[in-house]
Amino acid sequence: MIRFEGVTKRYVEASGTGGGAESVAVDDLTLEAPTGQITVLVGPSGCGKTTTLRMVNRMITPTSGTISIDGRDTASLDVAELRRGIGYVIQHAGLFPHRTVLDNVTTVPRLLGTDKRTARSRAMELIERVGLDPAMARRYPAQLSGGQQQRVGVARALAADPPVMLMDEPFSAVDPVVREQLQNEFLRLQSELGKTILFVTHDIDEAVKLGDQVAVLRVGGILAQLDSPARLLADPVDDFVAGFVGRDRGYRALSFGAALELSLADEPTVRLGATAAEVRAVGTAWVLCVGDAGEPLGWVRAAAVESEVTTRVLHRGGTVASTTGSLRALLDAALSSPSGRGVVADDDGRLVGTIRAAEVIPAIEARRDGVGATTGSGTHAQTSARPAEEATAR
Amino acid sequence: MTWALDHLGEIMSRAGQHAWLAGVPLVLGLLIALPLGWLAARQPRLRAVLLTSTGLLYTIPSLALFILLPPLLGTKILDPVNVIVAMTVYTVALLTRTVADGLSSVDGSTRQAAVAMGYGSFARFRAVDLPLAVPVIAAGLRVAAVSNVSIVSVASLIGISQLGYFLTDGYARSFPTEVWVGIVACLLLALVFDLVIQVVSRFLTPWTRAVAT
Repeated sequence: MIRFEGVTKRYVEASGTGGGAESVAVDDLTLEAPTGQITVLVGPSGCGKTTTLRMVNRMITPTSGTISIDGRDTASLDVAELRRGIGYVIQHAGLFPHRTVLDNVTTVPRLLGTDKRTARSRAMELIERVGLDPAMARRYPAQLSGGQQQRVGVARALAADPPVMLMDEPFSAVDPVVREQLQNEFLRLQSELGKTILFVTHDIDEAVKLGDQVAVLRVGGILAQLDSPARLLADPVDDFVAGFVGRDRGYRALSFGAALELSLADEPTVRLGATAAEVRAVGTAWVLCVGDAGEPLGWVRAAAVESEVTTRVLHRGGTVASTTGSLRALLDAALSSPSGRGVVADDDGRLVGTIRAAEVIPAIEARRDGVGATTGSGTHAQTSARPAEEATAR
Repeated sequence: MTWALDHLGEIMSRAGQHAWLAGVPLVLGLLIALPLGWLAARQPRLRAVLLTSTGLLYTIPSLALFILLPPLLGTKILDPVNVIVAMTVYTVALLTRTVADGLSSVDGSTRQAAVAMGYGSFARFRAVDLPLAVPVIAAGLRVAAVSNVSIVSVASLIGISQLGYFLTDGYARSFPTEVWVGIVACLLLALVFDLVIQVVSRFLTPWTRAVAT
């Protein structure tokens, strides 16, 4: 557990004449980042979120207040020792360009005195664990893509198996597709490792997706609200938080809590290569086409099939919801489907059935009272029951 | 050409002395410039003072330095140590800025990561900043090497044996061939220095040639 108690950071702006104007970066912050959970610090620029993070490993010294990790005041620890016990991941990964991926990952264990062989074999495990090809180990950072570098950054931070991780916008410098992959793998990794993580981002969507709890900071380093993502969306404490959390809150809140007892309709399907007559025999304007393993490929408009179903005539606009997914995914599948019937597949990607938006709405209505009682994080909602509101805002 | 071949032994021995007088200061100068550059890179206030003062050293005329040093060092005027010290001063003048710039050129996020991983400032200098500054420092060394080879030849005016002797002697005897031999030998020596620095730098920086595959 990382605990901030009345932590303030003031800067005196240099002004030649000696006096100097004071600016407050972090103002009397009291906050707990519970063990084994992800606490996200989010806010606009100037809200002191990065300053807060860097005070934990003493790259910045607080003006007043104490920060403790598992009950030990960080100010009382040897600074190098403190830092080696904290994983640190930053925006551009900050890899050492002159060291291979493997040597980057072994940095902290080597500093801690682990022998080279042990450090390297553990590093190889981590490289694979973060989703990199072991052949990458001998490459230099310049030979990797931004996303791969970021994975190495995560592996390097994990190398000495620190209980605490600090992450400063680690995924914001990569493109949206890679970012989503990294986020999903990060959640998977965290579900295995259970680190105590303090995560900084300016992106509220990322905060809501990754955080077990989210601390919204306002300019001047004042904690505006500390809550579970679901509570944050459902019940912002004031206009600032409401504005920062943004539009579509109601819709986005559907990301939390999985869809439970939903009855799906059976959907007649055709295969690729089905003739026009076979497609029209189904009797609906849009017909779902599936692949050999039963995976949904796309919708075809019966009237548009001339001789047979080819990939060229497939409508690709519809999204596919998972049976273990959220209400948001289900609703989106229904809304994006040209037939109005949202495609639902199981975890292996095989078609299970379809559902209409009108059938999702009652499920949303039924869940309304439950908001706040159940929380979760995005698509991983069912895998973990997370205690909400363990920590208290000051 | 025949003159050169006839005097090959003498040319080689003077070239060896020349290389010694230019090369030793290069190494000594680098060893002095490293801590100075490190200080300059760490302390913005020291940076201005250090870089200006070391830079000014380069403006002292070499002949003046060769003559001024013996009383300062307590050496004889013909002692090659004078030349070594003078050339070291010039090397420091050229390299301090280079070292400071090289160390400062390390990417901010790389440095931040190193600090956050618990590197102390000296360990970081040795393990991160210095290796990354090698390409910049090597570039500065190449300039200093050429400059040293050229300035050392002036020492023939005070009677210290090296390739510059062919220039003064050829001039005194109105014998252009000898002057040309001196020039070409200096040029070749500078090229050898340049080559050695490049090879060592390449050996130390395999990562700079790593390209996306």
